[in-house]
Amino acid sequence: MDGDPEHGTRRMRTAQASDSAFRITLFFGGIVVSVLLIAILLSLVLSSRPALVANGFRFLTGSEWDPVTNSFHALPFVFGTLVTSLIALAIATVLSLALAVLMGEYFRAGMFASVMRTAVELLAGIPSIVYGFIGLFFLVPAIRVVQIVLGVPPFGVGILTSSILLAFMILPYSASIGREMLMLVPSDLKEAALSLGATRSETVWKVSLPYARSGIMGGVFLSLGRALGETMAVTMVIGNSNIITANLLSPGNTMASLIANEFSEAQGAVYLASLIEIALLLFIISTVINILGKVVINRMVEAV
Amino acid sequence: MADNLARVREEGVVHTPPRGVKAPAADAAVQGRLRGDKAFLGGVLAVSLLAVLPLVLILAFIIVRGASSINWQFLTELPRPMGEAGGGISNAIVGTIILIAVASVISIPLGILAGIFLSESGKSGLGRLTRLSVETLMGVPSIVIGIVAYVWVVRTTGHFSALSGGVALSMIMLPVITLSTEETLLMIPESLREAALALGVSYPRTVLRVILPAGASGVITGALLGVARAAGETAPLLFTSFGSPYMEYNILKPMASLPQTIFFYATSPYPEWQSLAWGASFVLLVLVLALNLVTKLVTSRWKIQF
Repeated sequence: MDGDPEHGTRRMRTAQASDSAFRITLFFGGIVVSVLLIAILLSLVLSSRPALVANGFRFLTGSEWDPVTNSFHALPFVFGTLVTSLIALAIATVLSLALAVLMGEYFRAGMFASVMRTAVELLAGIPSIVYGFIGLFFLVPAIRVVQIVLGVPPFGVGILTSSILLAFMILPYSASIGREMLMLVPSDLKEAALSLGATRSETVWKVSLPYARSGIMGGVFLSLGRALGETMAVTMVIGNSNIITANLLSPGNTMASLIANEFSEAQGAVYLASLIEIALLLFIISTVINILGKVVINRMVEAV
Repeated sequence: MADNLARVREEGVVHTPPRGVKAPAADAAVQGRLRGDKAFLGGVLAVSLLAVLPLVLILAFIIVRGASSINWQFLTELPRPMGEAGGGISNAIVGTIILIAVASVISIPLGILAGIFLSESGKSGLGRLTRLSVETLMGVPSIVIGIVAYVWVVRTTGHFSALSGGVALSMIMLPVITLSTEETLLMIPESLREAALALGVSYPRTVLRVILPAGASGVITGALLGVARAAGETAPLLFTSFGSPYMEYNILKPMASLPQTIFFYATSPYPEWQSLAWGASFVLLVLVLALNLVTKLVTSRWKIQF
């Protein structure tokens, strides 16, 4: 074998062949995700074609949803989704900001810090269906009591109920991103403020939070993305009524819960395709929100 | 002093004066600010505790309500028709395991492959496109994923099946596994790769036998997190695996699952069925939280240290 130049070249060749085969496999692994995403978008567009044709642009502006007369319009559901998500976001932002400051500023290490961190992680891990079940058994009766006191119809279920439930479901995301962003604040900045005589809370308000502001905003965007697509818990407590109302205590409906409720019973091509069109709309809205959040966070991380 | 230095290293900033140094007496304005400081911490603490209160509430309630409805019969029997007491959720437990298995077979190899690709050539054009796609896929609402699986599998085969549910869950697991794999592999020092390549080890062997084993913790973490997330998903199963009152092993047939069983029983008006839902929630919660805790253990035990 020694001194056989052919042998060495052959080995080299097999090595090169396996090398390029490996690179091709990796390349395939990379491209498959992008292909998957494009395929998702394409299938949604293609399967909602009958509805895109039949409903036209009125789909986005009309407020009627009636399978009997074949008139399908998305506005009540877009409204319901946006209102529940935005109220949830407002509540969750306050709660998660406190958690982020606690975990990223006051308790960075030690027993209490790891207990809080684990608690937040577990909150994020609880399945949506369990939140919905608990919401149905705790939150709905509680809201009903409030409604009886206020003298309004005691539905219990409704927009406000869903928003409160959603707030607790999404806060772990913005809390842990907020914590990470506060950890990125350089300690010499904080030390400078402290050495000038600022109290700790003044340092948080005037140095840390302004510094981490854009990253925290990115986290808020990402949790908004979560809220928009959340299905089961909302379906269980929103009351499923296709109306547009400013009354937060009344029942409503969201895009995701409309699909969950009606998809498996939908009869007729246009009805089914209209539900898929709603899914397409939801896909587009949540993707845009998610990409915005990512861009903001990446800018913050790169700036540090 | 040494004590303070250690704390500086740990916490970044130390706010109490070193021992022996007495804070000077403060005037009224300063005392007001100090009071504000204390109030702020108190407020932050109170709001934070309010935020994690649901966790305590959920755990306590599900343990109390759920554990009482758990017994051998509950875990091994099939659901009974309405009006009959008793019955179990064995078909849902088996169904969830099968659904997760189908989803794992699809998503774990693909996810690891995509993760390796991202860590190896994430800065290239295709790498950036892939990362954007993975992050976008992560944010796609699960109900939309369910519709896509319906269009792809249920419409093609003409009937609901566990296979379509598995396909839906695999699309939810894929980005979780990919990102976790990539993140871990990126932390492995260049010197390891250079050492292997300098010894004449081929590129595929370097990646598969040196880099991937060194990052095993991240890969396992990703797979477990993916499973934990998929196990609790209900929305994508509504019109794919659909649910079934029978014990079903054939993945081409409709199949029951834990989250869907909870949904069905929880929204029913009968107290007996609701107590089944509490039991099923308990089983699901134990499964999901155990997976989360194991993940935490894996990451802290096998943390990459060089």
